[in-house]
Amino acid sequence: MTAIATAGAHRAGRTAQAGAKRWRRAVTGWSFAAPFTVLFLVFLALPVVASLVMSVTDMRATDLRTPFAVDFVGLGNYQRLFGDDLFLRAALNTVVFVAAGVPLTIVAALAAANALNSGLIRFRALFRVGFYLPVVTSIVAIAVVWRFLLDPEAGLVDDLLARVGVDGPNWLGDTRTSLASITVMAAWRNFGSLMVIFLAALQGIPANLYEAATIDGAGRWQQFRRVTLPLMRPALLFGAVITGIGYLQLFEEPLVMTQGGPLSSTLSVSYHIYNQFGFGNYGYAAAASYVLFVAIVALSVLQFRLLGTRDD
Amino acid sequence: MTRDRAAKAALYLVLCAGLLVVVGPFLWMALSSLKPEGEIRAVPPTWWPDTWTFANYRDLFARLDFPQYFTNSAIVAVLVTVGNLLFCSLLGYALAKLDFPGRKALFLAVLGMLMVPGMVTFVPQFVLISNLGLANTYAGLVLPFLAGPFGVFLMRQFLQSIPDDLLEAARVDGAGEWRIFWRIVLPLCRPALATLGILTFLASWNNFLWPLVVATTDDKYTLPVALALYSIGQNRIYFGLLLAGAVVVVVPVLIVFLALQRHFLRGIATTGLK
Repeated sequence: MTAIATAGAHRAGRTAQAGAKRWRRAVTGWSFAAPFTVLFLVFLALPVVASLVMSVTDMRATDLRTPFAVDFVGLGNYQRLFGDDLFLRAALNTVVFVAAGVPLTIVAALAAANALNSGLIRFRALFRVGFYLPVVTSIVAIAVVWRFLLDPEAGLVDDLLARVGVDGPNWLGDTRTSLASITVMAAWRNFGSLMVIFLAALQGIPANLYEAATIDGAGRWQQFRRVTLPLMRPALLFGAVITGIGYLQLFEEPLVMTQGGPLSSTLSVSYHIYNQFGFGNYGYAAAASYVLFVAIVALSVLQFRLLGTRDD
Repeated sequence: MTRDRAAKAALYLVLCAGLLVVVGPFLWMALSSLKPEGEIRAVPPTWWPDTWTFANYRDLFARLDFPQYFTNSAIVAVLVTVGNLLFCSLLGYALAKLDFPGRKALFLAVLGMLMVPGMVTFVPQFVLISNLGLANTYAGLVLPFLAGPFGVFLMRQFLQSIPDDLLEAARVDGAGEWRIFWRIVLPLCRPALATLGILTFLASWNNFLWPLVVATTDDKYTLPVALALYSIGQNRIYFGLLLAGAVVVVVPVLIVFLALQRHFLRGIATTGLK
């Protein structure tokens, strides 16, 4: 009798002990996680939810101090969005920018990485640092410089063109060249970061694969097509997804270079959202930001489908 | 053999041309900031200054409030960097090495945030900061950036490579988790902390949109905000001043980058993220 009681008490004690241990583990874990989690919840997670809620209300800047006293308008903001010519124009500009800018950036990065990886290149570190320089530079400073360089009168670019007899356009002031100029500038600014990632991927390709390909009589171009590209697929996918996510959010370049002009030819979706925020249309801006969010997720899924590895 | 040599020469030529296109604008910026106003707008443009002058820099620091903007940028960048190093390594350790309820959900939530565009959180963050009475304060500039999801991802990846035996041995010796974290884990994390520190500092130094809307008076402007406001709109200033301002924005970044670039580029390549 006493023996059974003792055993029971023992078992109860053990479960209590296990419970206490689990409790201690939870407390320790969350004490490490808590500082970040609190900041994350308040300043990132809460705004993500708030944005979704705002997008179905008529919230305006005048409601800033009373954000809960707004009216529910259902999908009204979303309906308005797709009837808004300016939003549609911004969406078209953004799509064109992504469709041209992502391949351009990837090709430039791939070319630079391959050039730096081929054989014994001296000053490799110098080139690498140089190509990376625009990535770490403030967009505002870059804009100051490029607005000068592209100036139709005193700019170096048109001056160089004039020397070879070409009458250079007013790059940023002409609706036919403004978006293209922004696209090239974005590629110029960003290819360095992909180059570093591609270079690391290239250095991971075993040299004996190239030796085998050479023995089989494959030329340089064939080696690139049949060995390098397939083995770089994960890095290329990663580069395409990251660049796509970044470029869909195009904003700072047109803001500091062209203010979205001329004639809205460089207005992007993010810039349109920013403008609507400036006009005080908070609910409307929130709805547009969710459309952008969906577009980003959709593009990433599409890229994974198209470029993803099939070896699973 | 000669064909190889020709190929190599061509390669160098292409690389040098590329370098000129990428670095040329920065050289032109630095050289032109040392020209007098008239020469900057000269047609045709000059490359090398005819007349050298430091007048632009003198004006920048004496007539405009650039020392203040510089200080603001530095304060914000340092606070954001220190906060991220601390909070991200704490959570990174918990996610990589501790077992607690809710761990997986927390990691997924943080990871998912990497996909959310800045514009989604932008408007509510502004409403929140305004209602907390933090508009136009350092706290308002810093708080939304203290806990970055990318830092957690980076620290967790790195911390997973630390052997469990090491931590277990310390536990057997009677060390508590906090002691283990400060004495063993953090010192081992130095390379990851360096990478995260540089990336965060640069991102904060170059951050533009948030300080543009949150800093509403001169005394809270960061460098990029001041430069942008002086280069567009009614406050437009002389071109020489703008170029000198751009140099002042770029030089600290350049120093940090050149001093630590080995570390920096390797870190980016291994995490595979910008």
